[in-house]
Amino acid sequence: MSLEAFNNRNVTEGDYFLCDIEDYPQDGWGKFKRVVKRTFRGELFVGLWVVMREMIRFDIHTIQYPQEKMPIGPRYRAVHQMKRLWESDTERCIGCGLCEKICISDCIRIDTRIDENSRKEVTEYTINLGRCIFCGYCAEVCPELAITHGGEYENASDQREHFLLYEDMLTPIDKMKAGKQLEFEGFGSITPHEDERVKKTPLAY
Amino acid sequence: MDSAYLIETIIKVVVILLVFSALAGIGTYFERKVLAFMQRRLGPMNVGPYGVLQFGADAIKLFTKEDIIPTGVVAPIFKIAPVITAATAFMAAAAIPFLPSFEIFGYEVHPIVSDINVGIIYILGVMAVGLYGPLLGGMASANKYSLISAARAAAVFISYEVVTGLAILAPIMMVGSLSLIDFNEYQAGGIGNWIVWSQPVAFILFWIAAFAETGRTPFHLIANDHEIIDGFGTEYSGMRWGLFFIGEYANMFFISFVIPLLFLGGYGDGSFLGALGLLAKMSFFFFFFLWTRAAWPDVRPDQLMWLCWKVLMPIAVINVVITGFVMMF
Repeated sequence: MSLEAFNNRNVTEGDYFLCDIEDYPQDGWGKFKRVVKRTFRGELFVGLWVVMREMIRFDIHTIQYPQEKMPIGPRYRAVHQMKRLWESDTERCIGCGLCEKICISDCIRIDTRIDENSRKEVTEYTINLGRCIFCGYCAEVCPELAITHGGEYENASDQREHFLLYEDMLTPIDKMKAGKQLEFEGFGSITPHEDERVKKTPLAY
Repeated sequence: MDSAYLIETIIKVVVILLVFSALAGIGTYFERKVLAFMQRRLGPMNVGPYGVLQFGADAIKLFTKEDIIPTGVVAPIFKIAPVITAATAFMAAAAIPFLPSFEIFGYEVHPIVSDINVGIIYILGVMAVGLYGPLLGGMASANKYSLISAARAAAVFISYEVVTGLAILAPIMMVGSLSLIDFNEYQAGGIGNWIVWSQPVAFILFWIAAFAETGRTPFHLIANDHEIIDGFGTEYSGMRWGLFFIGEYANMFFISFVIPLLFLGGYGDGSFLGALGLLAKMSFFFFFFLWTRAAWPDVRPDQLMWLCWKVLMPIAVINVVITGFVMMF
């Protein structure tokens, strides 16, 4: 179904019609007639029939939550995940710290050092889920698509500060080896078939 | 008064108390299930298969909760009010024949505690005394919402006593007795003899008034739904609140027995089928209480008063007058 029917606000065309609302009766006889009319119109029985019909139809919409869960969309922004590179299985995070900078609720802390190979290495990375508002800026700003949002939304805690560590977010290596890492399709991710749209950089000016 | 009669009566009283206390609990389960199905929900599902043990869990919770008497309430009245509601509801059951008389081990049992000659007046009177539960409870609560609710409950109950009494007057004139057993005998001939055919207006009026007497949904003004407050029971907790609840549901069951007994032939000729018929009619009227709760909105208090005094009461009076003329000529 297209949205055109809803976007068209021109009430002079289409299925719009004026409600037939009568004026309020002014005198006693008019009021009496209205009461009699309303009494014998049987609208109460329409209401009774509607609920009875639903009971007979038994089209239950309940989801029994802990046993059943609603499917959530790929763009849903729940608890963060750290992805690995498909080629080498190493961590994608390069420790640039953009996510820490852009975090508007100031809940990401990242600490890095220069390791033996003169490469930047992440030593500490925590997200305070008690402060996180799941805005998705960190995933959007990440140049390597390293930090993304996952689908795990059950993160109740008995403390206000509930820290998520780097190791918890990182895709487990055995899952990576099995090729089961799910790419995030939501905020900040590459749109599908992006490869086909890549053009050569024009060098001849 | 011989001792056999005494023992029999005590046994009957205990059985009625136990059966209808349990039924009040099971009634809450049915209400929640029926409402849920009508609203495309499942209702209680977790305690027992399909949630059938939910009322047991509720009972354990009610019995073990702390009984809070808030500061500022009038403690003795606050404590006695729920007892009035529950007790009067069960007292009304004394004059209701729940089943036709049957023989057990050669001993004839009349499933009515006492066939008094003013049965209907007694039932209506005692149910009217039940008004003091919400009224005293709300006034003693030191809570303005409870007080509003109590005032509203008093207005509704007292007004609709008038409609109930006048509506029932015409059938009483026809039968010439106030005993529910005599009402049943009058209609024992079969469906054609039911009073509802000769007194349809009285039947409708009594049915409407029954909703007000039990405080059920089209007239559910004893709870302040517009203020999102439970009404006179706001300050109550634990089993005292539970007594209000048992009283309300027992009242629903008893009025569901009284309507078929008065208008729809009761248990008929007293056969086994007749007894089943009475239970079926009772179940329908109880179900109708739940059905309307799912389907209909509440009316405003002023509309309720208008309906009572300007519509139902004149119709009831006219009905009585017409019945009188028809009987005279």
